[in-house]
Order: sequence, then structure tokens, then C-alpha cells
Amino acid sequence: MQTNRERKLLWGILASVLISTVAMFLFSQRASAGTPQDRTDRVQHVQVTPCDGVANAGLDVPSSHDPNNREQSLKMARVILAAWMERNPQRVGSWRQEEALAMASHPVTGAEQQTIPAASAPEKQPVKFTDRDKLIWNLELKKMVDEGYRLFHSSTGLGGTIGISCDMCHPDSSNTHPETYPKFQVQLKKVALLRDMINWCIENPEKGKPLPQDDEKLRAVEAYILSQGKGRSLEVGKH
Amino acid sequence: MGPKEAQHQEYLTARESYLKQLTSLSRRGFLRVAGIAAATVAATGKIAAHSFQPIEFDFGGEGGASGGAAAAPEAPKSFTIAYVSDSHLYEKKLNERFVRAAIKAVADVNALDPQPDFVLFGGDLAQLGAPGELALGKQILDELKPKRYMMVGEHDWYFDMGEKWRELFGKETYSFDHKGVHFVVLQSVVVEDYWTKPNLTPLQRMQAMAQLDNPHGRPFTVGEAQREWLKNDLAAVPKTTPLVVFSHSPLYKYYKAWNFWTDDAEQVQALLAPFKTVTVIHGHTHQMLSNRIGNISFHGMLSTAWPWPYAPHGLPKLTVQMNRADPFDEFDGCGDGSMDVLKSGEVNARYNLWSRNPVTITARYLDSGGKVDQPPLAVDSTY
Repeated sequence: MQTNRERKLLWGILASVLISTVAMFLFSQRASAGTPQDRTDRVQHVQVTPCDGVANAGLDVPSSHDPNNREQSLKMARVILAAWMERNPQRVGSWRQEEALAMASHPVTGAEQQTIPAASAPEKQPVKFTDRDKLIWNLELKKMVDEGYRLFHSSTGLGGTIGISCDMCHPDSSNTHPETYPKFQVQLKKVALLRDMINWCIENPEKGKPLPQDDEKLRAVEAYILSQGKGRSLEVGKH
Repeated sequence: MGPKEAQHQEYLTARESYLKQLTSLSRRGFLRVAGIAAATVAATGKIAAHSFQPIEFDFGGEGGASGGAAAAPEAPKSFTIAYVSDSHLYEKKLNERFVRAAIKAVADVNALDPQPDFVLFGGDLAQLGAPGELALGKQILDELKPKRYMMVGEHDWYFDMGEKWRELFGKETYSFDHKGVHFVVLQSVVVEDYWTKPNLTPLQRMQAMAQLDNPHGRPFTVGEAQREWLKNDLAAVPKTTPLVVFSHSPLYKYYKAWNFWTDDAEQVQALLAPFKTVTVIHGHTHQMLSNRIGNISFHGMLSTAWPWPYAPHGLPKLTVQMNRADPFDEFDGCGDGSMDVLKSGEVNARYNLWSRNPVTITARYLDSGGKVDQPPLAVDSTY
């Protein structure tokens, strides 16, 4: 049997639901009355150069364009990407592969960008990057480190001429102690960076020619050695 | 004979007798001879009878050489053996450095006076197991004056699965007796087949084995067949006979990622444990390395080609590390060595580091758990 008190409570809930529905309906009517579609939209034509610095894409940008609007931004990104692909046909294949890999392992969903925190969890500040961004950075990093690993284990990759590769004295890049550079290298009679010692090893035990400081191969080997020592404490200048 | 020739003859005789006295000296004996030499020079005012003055570096201080070594009585020596190991030869036209180093080691052994009873080659004669590399190695080792015993390493084996090596040097597993000591030579670099399935060529297989830090490698073993052979071989040997076992890999577990490791080490150790005195001498690790498990003493051999860094963990407590090698000196951290086999059958191992003072790891140092005969500690062993 329901008591009087329970009956009153039930009616109260029903009434409040009704009132809020009406209020929401009225509010939405008001809001839709002032949308930008009603105004005159001027279109501006802009030329965009993507990050390769070469390809060129022409874009029609309406003055109403909202840079935070996902749909609009994606549309423009596609135009720019198409221009890049047209300009770099030889790289399209590998790009598609990476994209497929990234999408398969970590697809972007709306939910990911607008995570609703559980009622009890403390609110967090919004972040600029998604997990997928981080995945792409890690893929790029891995590419460089893997290339460094390959060169480190090759007796010819860095220009060596007598069959000696870095790993023969430095398995797992041990005894390279990258965390101690820069330091005064007494044998070189100057303060050396890690890459100076890599170059010394290329020139002396490996009997190759030292590489320019900005050489991609030198950078890759340095990346491999540093990545192996990641998290080790810095002891700059130690022996 | 004119006076000049007579003087020269006198010089040669004095020099020879001096060099004879120099061999197998304790520290005290060494100082005595050094003292006599210096006194002679001082008294006569002439040039010394030999072209060099004996010098001994004593770093002193805590853990220095001067501790227990001088106070304890000398252990009587029975005979001496020498070793050369891990020369990793390429063909000469590609790499002369490793050839130079191997020749230097052979010259060292040939210069030992008195000559050792025999010399052991500790494995990894070649770098990539090529027939030309092995043949070059044989040519160099043929210059050794003492009798030679050969042991195989993975760098010699995995190009043709030991075919050329056996053709040049014979069996890879064998034993022999010498002056009351039973010697065993093992092929301890047996790994399970991981090359057939991915269709690796012989060279690819060899290169995979040659990469120390290969994450896809497999651990070394002595294997069931050889353990069975060892069991039968040892069955005929009295338990009181001193045993010296040569293996390329250390017959214990130090660091798996670099195959400083023998996967069935415990089973092999169990076969050796019943013997009163057992010493294992191994290659592969290219560093001063000492260990003791039960009654088994272990000594690593130096490489002639390059030193390996110490592994990040797993280093046996009794190991006295060698100083970090100077990369600007191609011979630093490399060398050869000799082993004095004592009357007791125990072994004192001498590391002949080419650019440093020699270091001896005595049987008593290992017996006492490092309490006596402590060798000088490395000043900087950080790798």
C-alpha cells in the first residue's frame, strides 16, 4: 500500500519533468533563431603550404569558419593531404601503411576527445594532444632508434672498412655512458659531445671517415645510444 | 776472444741466470732479486747485467696487493700452462688489427721462460667462421712453440657447423691427462636450432650467432650428448684426481642476454662436484672474471682482440674487475695469460694484460672467499 507521502513525492517528480521539458523546448527554439546560416557568408581563397614546404593547396575558407569545428577542419586537412600526396607519390604507400597501423591500433573516436569523467573522479584540465598523437610520435621515434640500432650493429653502415661494428665493443650500447657527456676527453684534448666520440670510433677502430655533425646516420646512432640510456641519472663531465 | 767479447759473454751469462731467477717469483722473492740487481749496479758502478730493472707497482692501501700475499707461504707449483683466446680473426686483407694482436700473443707465449707445458687456445679463433679465417688462425697458432690444445667457440662453429674447424684441428670434445691432472675440453656453445625455420643462410646464421646482444639468440648449452660423454669420461677418474675443465662459455650463469651463460650449467657442475679439486677455465667473456661455486673455481680468459664490458648485473662477487680499457690504445684490456697448476691441483691464474700490470688470481683467493691474496682493485671499472 502506498502512503500519502509517497503519492505526493511521485506527483512532484512528474511535474518537474514536465516543466523542464517545456523549458528546454522553448530555449532551443530561441537558440536556433540566430544561427550564422542566416547571415551573408563571405569566402576567402587562401594558399596553404603543408609541412613538407613544397606542395601547395588552395583553400576556400568561409568567414564563418570556426577553427575548432572538427568537421570543417577535417575537410580542409583532406584537401591539404591530397595536395601533398599528389606532390609526393613515392611516399604515399608508406604513409598509408603507417596511417592504417595507427588507425588499427588506436582509432580516433569522439568519445576519446570528450571523455566524461566519472562522477567521483576529480576534474582534469583539458590536454592538447590525444593518445593517437603520442602513438605517432613514438612511431617516428622508433623509426629513428631502429635505424640507429641497424647502423650500430653494421660493420659497413657508418663507413667502417675493417669489419668492426660498434656493438662488438658496446653490446646493448654498454660502456658508452651517454649520460656523462659533455666532458673533457683527454685523448682528444677538448670537451667532447657524444657524437664526437661516435665519430672518433668511426674514424679509428672502424677505419672509416668521420661524418658531418648533422649527418642523419650520426643522429640515428646517437638516438639509439641515448634511448638505451633513457632514465639513467645525468653525471655530466664524469670521466 | 778479445776483452770486449769476454765482457759480452759475461753479460749474456749474467742476464740468462737473472732471467731464470725471475720466473715464478713470489712478491718477496721478486723484491729480493730486484734488490740484488740494484745492489750490484750500485756496488760495481757498471751497467746492470740485464737491460731492464725489475719494477713492481704496488697501489697499496685498502685491498692492495701487499695484504695477505706477502705474509702467507708460497704454494708449491707443479707446472705451468699458457693460453691464447678469442682472437676473432677476419681475413688479413680485411682486418690486420686482430691479426697483429694474435701474433703478439703467440710471441708472448714463445717468450715464456721456462716454456709452459702446453698452451690452450680458448675458442673464437675466427670472427665469422670462414674457412679462410680459420686457416689464417691455424697458420698463426702453428708458430707456437709449446704443444697446443684447441677449443672451439661459436664464432668458429656456426658458419659450417664446425666442419672446417674439425678438419683443421680434430675433435672438439676430448680429455687428456697431464702430470696427474685430468683435463677436459668441451664444446659448450651448443644452441637449439633457430635458423632452419626462417631459412637463414650459413652466413646469416653465423652473423646471428656473432651478435653478442642479439635479442633473438638462444642460450649456450653443453647438451645432453656431451654431458653423457663427460659422465662416462669422468667415471674412470678417481675423485681425488685434480680436474681442469676448459669450456668456451662460462660453465655458470652470469648474464643471459649476452650469453655469458651456459643453460645446463647446474647439470654439468653436478658431474664435477664429486671431485676434490675442480677448476673451470673459459673464454668468451673477454675480461678478468673469477667465480667460485661449491668446490669449483672459475677463471675467464682475456681476448686478444677486444675487451667486453662487464654486464649490467650478475657479476660474480669474487671477480676483481679490470680497469676500464682506454679505447685509444688498441691493446688495452686485451692480452693472454698463464695458469700455474699447483701440487694440490689447484690453479693460480695470471692475467697478462698488455697495457697494464699483470694480475694474478690465486687459488687461495678463491678458496678463502676473497679474504687472502686480494689482487689490486680497479681504480675505475665503471662501464
